[in-house]
Amino acid sequence: MLDQAVFYFFAALAVISAVLVVTRRNVVQSAIFLITALLATAGIFLQLHAEFLFIVQVILYAGGIMVLFVFVIMLINLDVSLHQVQFNRQWWLGLLLALVLGAQLTIAVAVGRSGLPLGEPAPASMLEPSTQLVGKVLFSEYMLPFEIASILLLVAMIGAVVMGKKKI
Amino acid sequence: MIPTSHYLFLGLALFTIGVIGVVTRRNVIVILMSIELMLNAVNINLVAFSRLVGSVEGHAFAIFIITDAAAEAALGLGIIIAFFRNRETLLGDEMDLLKW
Repeated sequence: MLDQAVFYFFAALAVISAVLVVTRRNVVQSAIFLITALLATAGIFLQLHAEFLFIVQVILYAGGIMVLFVFVIMLINLDVSLHQVQFNRQWWLGLLLALVLGAQLTIAVAVGRSGLPLGEPAPASMLEPSTQLVGKVLFSEYMLPFEIASILLLVAMIGAVVMGKKKI
Repeated sequence: MIPTSHYLFLGLALFTIGVIGVVTRRNVIVILMSIELMLNAVNINLVAFSRLVGSVEGHAFAIFIITDAAAEAALGLGIIIAFFRNRETLLGDEMDLLKW
């Protein structure tokens, strides 16, 4: 009962703040609602017994990436952008196609869930202790992807430095 | 107990909202934020299936996706700053240097 209340609360919070991210005129308000959506997702992770991902989401997403976003908004915030048209000329076509995509996915899940063995979930004790198990998987089976991810971060760091130079 | 399909519905709702943001907004920063929303929706699906089968491999993939999101945000915002310095605009539909 409490489980369901927590899930539906965080799900509603995530969807409402996601809609607000897309529709707000002010970019700073969009960023604030994105933080709310990310924290609501973190709550859903916690409810799914993914404690390590929960804390990674809070520290890295809400704490790291969003600070980067707000910092950039502060650097280049334009007052004129508040008075410009916020949606592009083909917005109705894009909205239509995106809604068609959403309807397709909804139908796929609604029809497919009778065919998939989406029965009772495995006991939660199989995911305990979360951090230890994730570390074991990351450093045994997914060792190579883990190292490639570190190279990706190095490349992104160099790229960000190059992009930040005065003259590209 | 919440059925796994409800997590899938939540994930696809967030993903669709992200797609709407990417294809309709003009501000490049909001487009980047919408991409972050889409990546998050995928993470919810991965963790929900992880919970269903009782294995942490989905968590590992979610961590890789978060790493990608961090790299993408750093590079994307760097490109936005470089573009703003050259063109004095933040509108995606004015980024047409490759159009003739």
